Amino acid sequence: MTDMLQVKGLNVAFPSRDGPVRVVRDVSFTLGRERLGIVGESGSGKSQTGRAILGLTPASGTVTADRLTFDGIDLRKASARTWRSLRGPRMSMIMQDPKYSLNPVMTIGRQIVEAYRRRGNAARGDARSKAIAMLEAVQIRDPERVFRAYPHELSGGMGQRAMIAMMLIAEPDLLIADEVTSALDVTVQLDVLKILDDLVRDRGMGLIFISHDLRLVSSFCDRVLVMYAGRVVEQIAARDLKNAQHPYTQGLLNCLPQIDGDSAPLPTLTRDPAWLA
Amino acid sequence: MTALIEVRDLAVTFGSGRQQVRAVRGVSFDVEQGESFGLVGESGSGKSTVLRAICGLAPMTGGTVHIGGKPLKTPRDPAFYQQVQMVFQDPYGSIHPRHTIDRVLSEPLAIHGFKDAETRIERALEDVGLGRGFRFRYPHQLSGGQRQRVAIARALILEPQILLLDEPTSALDASIQAEVLNLLDALRVDKGLTYVLVSHDLAVVSHMCRRLLVMQHGQAVEELTRDALQARAATKDYTRQLLVASEGFKAP
Ligand SMILES: Nc1ncnc2c1ncn2[C@@H]1O[C@H](COP(=O)(O)OP(=O)(O)O)[C@@H](O)[C@H]1O
Ligand SMILES: Nc1ncnc2c1ncn2[C@@H]1O[C@H](COP(=O)(O)OP(=O)(O)O)[C@@H](O)[C@H]1O
Ligand SMILES: [Mg+2]
Ligand SMILES: [Mg+2]
Repeated sequence: MTDMLQVKGLNVAFPSRDGPVRVVRDVSFTLGRERLGIVGESGSGKSQTGRAILGLTPASGTVTADRLTFDGIDLRKASARTWRSLRGPRMSMIMQDPKYSLNPVMTIGRQIVEAYRRRGNAARGDARSKAIAMLEAVQIRDPERVFRAYPHELSGGMGQRAMIAMMLIAEPDLLIADEVTSALDVTVQLDVLKILDDLVRDRGMGLIFISHDLRLVSSFCDRVLVMYAGRVVEQIAARDLKNAQHPYTQGLLNCLPQIDGDSAPLPTLTRDPAWLA
Repeated sequence: MTALIEVRDLAVTFGSGRQQVRAVRGVSFDVEQGESFGLVGESGSGKSTVLRAICGLAPMTGGTVHIGGKPLKTPRDPAFYQQVQMVFQDPYGSIHPRHTIDRVLSEPLAIHGFKDAETRIERALEDVGLGRGFRFRYPHQLSGGQRQRVAIARALILEPQILLLDEPTSALDASIQAEVLNLLDALRVDKGLTYVLVSHDLAVVSHMCRRLLVMQHGQAVEELTRDALQARAATKDYTRQLLVASEGFKAP
């Protein structure tokens, strides 16, 4: 089986007064029907990597790649029409901030129903009950009210969940989830992860799970890419993370407080200029 | 011995009629001098409102708060703010973006009529590990961790006894969080400070606090020690759920 997503030598640069700034540098990986985590500190290039794959790099940015294919389709040369057929139904990205993904002038319910119908041609009543069920699945207590609400009528956490429901109901083949659970309470976090897990296991979805939370990623993903200053410094199976080779990966793990830790000062990270080489 | 901070049956209700939100519904706890006490719970459980009520930033609609055995005055007087200071999650929201660090730190000193501003500012910057080189910079010239250090310096500059810390590291990367938590811990020991630390992260609270109160829906669920937490000796379901969830995802 060939991998659904193949990324080789991906670079993203933005212009600046001092010349182009390379925020994603020679990133290469492949993705099958699995859960791939991308971790790293803020600014390390996680979101820009995800956006470049979906062709959502801001207009000022320049993307180059030796190879960028989804299901055999060369995304570097994709036409607007090809993108329309891919984005939404086949590949999708849940962003950190619901403001960017929800349409402010359409009710939540209509947005979710449309996302569902774009997939196939489900009957109207069926789509509605599926949408309500999905809102329930992301732990929204009053799904009927949220179904009728406009995005601005929801709190941040509710909007986030509504957006997750909308993306999940489309059941895309590839989902890039960018810090989707970061703003959620730990207990709700696990409910959302369970839904994502089901989609990977039962429907064979490929998932790129972007997060700054190394501990959560290591408990959820199969494989982890660790990014530092735009580069992938380590690629490792999640279960081997404790034996990570790169001092940055080690440092990120060790600096986390633990429930079972003692109260001695936390180890801090000493950055080595050699990591940038 | 009486506790330094005594909170009894604290209640905070916002608005009225159908808009009414009972954010805090009868919460009690004691904090000893020199101790670090944690408040933990999901978002919306009322943690921030407890701290804000103590500071006079949210309306107390029931209960009492004593500090050093004395009931708080409403509105809080200048003496209160010399004794109690608050640090917020988002230093960007709490530090004026167009003021130099020097001005950010001078203001509380001027308000409280301190004359030795120069030495206090330099000492506060040293205390939080920034050094005087930062004095005339602007907030946007600092990283998130450095801005949080400025917020801590501002809270310390009046030499308070008590710091109320509201998610002080939640907006920071893990490596920066570790540095700021270490700093807070060292300052508490060096200066004999007393903390009430709010966090949604059980690991952060467990690391920083010997005792903690779990909150949900504006109410206290249970109070327990770090030892009890580590022994998984929680007595309430909600605390157990938090403990399990904090261990990350477990494949079914
Ligand atoms: N539109 C943009 N213009 C210029 N630089 C940008 C833009 N968007 C992001 N960057 C920069 O790219 C780098 C990587 O950003 P990002 O991928 O968002 O990081 P992460 O998601 O890992 O926090 C950062 O240094 C950021 O400042
Ligand atoms: N100024 C306010 N007016 C109305 N409701 C408020 C106000 N501040 C907080 N609340 C409400 O009080 C509840 C508790 O909020 P908060 O103390 O911020 O929770 P936490 O800090 O635990 O996340 C929430 O339902 C919140 O929406
Ligand atoms: Mg990001
Ligand atoms: Mg809060």
